[in-house]
Amino acid sequence: MTTLVTVPELETRFAGVITPDTRKGYEGYIVDVQHLKDFAKALRDEYGYDYLASLTGVDYLPEDRMEVVYHVYKSTGGPGLVFKVQVPRENPIVPSLVDIYPGANFQEREAWDLLGIRFDGHPNLRRILLWEGFWGHPLRKDWREPYFEEEGKPYSSRWPEGKHFHHEDRNPFGKNVDYPPGFDPYTWEPETADEILYQAVLKRSEIRDDLRTERVVINLGPQHPSTHGVFRMIVTLDGETIVALEPVMGYLHRNHEKIGERNTWIMNIPYTDRLDYISAMANNFGYVLAVEKLMGIQPPERAEYIRVIMAELTRIVNHLWAIGFLLNDLGAFFTPALYAIEERELILDVFEAVTGSRMMNNYFRFGGVARDIPEDAWEKMVELVTDRLPRKVDELDRYLTESELIKSRTIGVGVLTAEEAIALSTSGPVLRASGVPYDVRRADPYSIYDRFDFDVAVRYHGDVYDRYLIRIDEMRQSLRILQQAIRDIPEGPIMAGKPQYQVRVPPGEAYGRVEAPKGELGFYVVSTGKPNPWRYHVRAPSFVNLIALETMCRGHKIADVVTILGSIDIVLGEVDR
Amino acid sequence: MVRREGKDRLEGLQVPGYDIPDEVKGHVVITTLNRLYNWGRRNSIWPMMFGLACCAIEMIATAASRFDLARFGMEVMRPSPRQADVMIVSGTVTKRMMPLIVRLYNQMPLPKYVIAMGACASGGGPFKEGYNVISGVDKYIPVDVYIPGCPPTPEALLYGLMKLQQKIEKQSLKEVYLQKDEYIPEPVLGPDIMDPRDFPLIREYTMKKLEEMRESAVSSEQ
Repeated sequence: MTTLVTVPELETRFAGVITPDTRKGYEGYIVDVQHLKDFAKALRDEYGYDYLASLTGVDYLPEDRMEVVYHVYKSTGGPGLVFKVQVPRENPIVPSLVDIYPGANFQEREAWDLLGIRFDGHPNLRRILLWEGFWGHPLRKDWREPYFEEEGKPYSSRWPEGKHFHHEDRNPFGKNVDYPPGFDPYTWEPETADEILYQAVLKRSEIRDDLRTERVVINLGPQHPSTHGVFRMIVTLDGETIVALEPVMGYLHRNHEKIGERNTWIMNIPYTDRLDYISAMANNFGYVLAVEKLMGIQPPERAEYIRVIMAELTRIVNHLWAIGFLLNDLGAFFTPALYAIEERELILDVFEAVTGSRMMNNYFRFGGVARDIPEDAWEKMVELVTDRLPRKVDELDRYLTESELIKSRTIGVGVLTAEEAIALSTSGPVLRASGVPYDVRRADPYSIYDRFDFDVAVRYHGDVYDRYLIRIDEMRQSLRILQQAIRDIPEGPIMAGKPQYQVRVPPGEAYGRVEAPKGELGFYVVSTGKPNPWRYHVRAPSFVNLIALETMCRGHKIADVVTILGSIDIVLGEVDR
Repeated sequence: MVRREGKDRLEGLQVPGYDIPDEVKGHVVITTLNRLYNWGRRNSIWPMMFGLACCAIEMIATAASRFDLARFGMEVMRPSPRQADVMIVSGTVTKRMMPLIVRLYNQMPLPKYVIAMGACASGGGPFKEGYNVISGVDKYIPVDVYIPGCPPTPEALLYGLMKLQQKIEKQSLKEVYLQKDEYIPEPVLGPDIMDPRDFPLIREYTMKKLEEMRESAVSSEQ
């Protein structure tokens, strides 16, 4: 399970600047706002905590303060360290850490957007998931959505003897909208005009050289066949070469965190399915780990094995999909994807038999899994894992890896060096393809991953080709883990204690991180002992990996953007949440 | 051609009631222009290649080899709205995306159809209470077929598409050709999403709210 440490040396060195967090259930240090940058710099340069995994804010309304929480790790592996800064709720300003950890970029923008915490010194502090001009900062505890009913579920209108009503009937517009008092739509002027955004991107690419050529701004998406969903990029070109790129997201921002904070703990499990909807059970895994850490329970042996089996099958599903659609983006339209989807369908059959659903599995529970694997599904899975899938992975490898189409379009394209990859907080295949053998399953083992014999796949060129190859490698390693898990799985119960609807979660905070197929997926949860989480934050791997997109694309041709984006393998449910 | 029994049965091309001599039965069909036209139309519906969220994954799975949309003449996914007949709204519609969906809808040529795939597109689904989610795409654009499910299985999507085929079959040529292209004004993003048709209502509402606020401030001072 995710472990955090305290470094005694820090306390003596930064005496007066940092204080250990002594609240019940909390860990780490509280850092004085004035000295945050010095502290972070020392952590990175002298203590080796060079990887900022997660950054998020928490609104402690009763105590009238905002808190920003940082989770940092060593890129060589091992437990992490958490530190926090506290600022007043009224006009919270925190120094930006973008120049120390460039990977803080989007996460700070998100905290500004949703919580209204201003990061002083951030190069581009604009809203990221919502649009400029949106009314309020929705994750603040006193902000209410138009369909607001009660602070937390279960709502009395639904349970125990409630009568359901349509929210539309109570809204004067019959829609999910609300407007500030005194707002006049006739005199209103938009703040979010695309031209402003285009000008900003154009300005950023201004280079003073002798030969002045005209820059062209191109907009890709959000409705574009190769953006893997509703993702949008604004690209500035010099001829055909990219000089600046600005990702625009939020077109699928469906308020995961706000809804999650209204939900009871267990209600969030099906919502996590819909984060990275291609690998639903990996998301379940991260969330239940975080909550189990708070609750202090341990699932039984058999459940641990089932979890690992499901998570690894999910990884294979995801990588098959990613490879198929990377090839789509390269111009091999749909044929390689059809080969990949064929295998995916067979794995989904197993999922359907085990969990009851093809995609949205909702299978993990606090302290175990929902149900045992039925006999026929087990046999089917054993056949897949031991016979069919190894053959099919080899087949994909044989068909694709030496293909000229792939090699000429991907080798040397979208290079990300190891230093950049760590600094930009990338994770998963993107980080490992750049030569950093960092895999949460090895670096900070959770569940029972320390029992299995597998290699952390790593490649060293950091280009699109390596990011493709690493997915093939990882599928092979996943199959190795699966074969061992199938061999070793014991009989026994699959749930610790009785299944219950309302779980009791003691007050405190927890950060659960897993190696999801797309990278490090983290859940930061804060409990106050009530039936609903006080804070529920998702550190989504594809969201953070997108910070590296501009670095990867700069200097390449416009046609390569699509390939590079395909090689990061984003899924918009997770990027926008 | 799909032949099914009962009320879901799609009509054949042959108009019943005309006796065709046995020797030419394999070569001659007597039918109406309406029926011939709709028969062609319903078997070559081109969907727009447009995925929003989780449902899009199931839509792709439907187009892939196991479920094979090509059996229905619908495998030609068009990335441009100008060439598409049906828009499958596959996933959660957010306020930020809504103006663009309306724009895409306006760009589609007539006759055009909309399928709301999944719970989110039909009514907001699990994310309905969210501050950035539209409670169903039909709040802004007309919808022909709603498909329940979260996400609907490929079979459910196929069933929905067959329902659309039945709808097309029942339309008369006249109705289709004389249809007027109704331009739907694009919503704009202010403090919240605003339908231009709602502007007077919005002003009325916000002014009332302001007055109430002032009144409560005055009464609390006293």
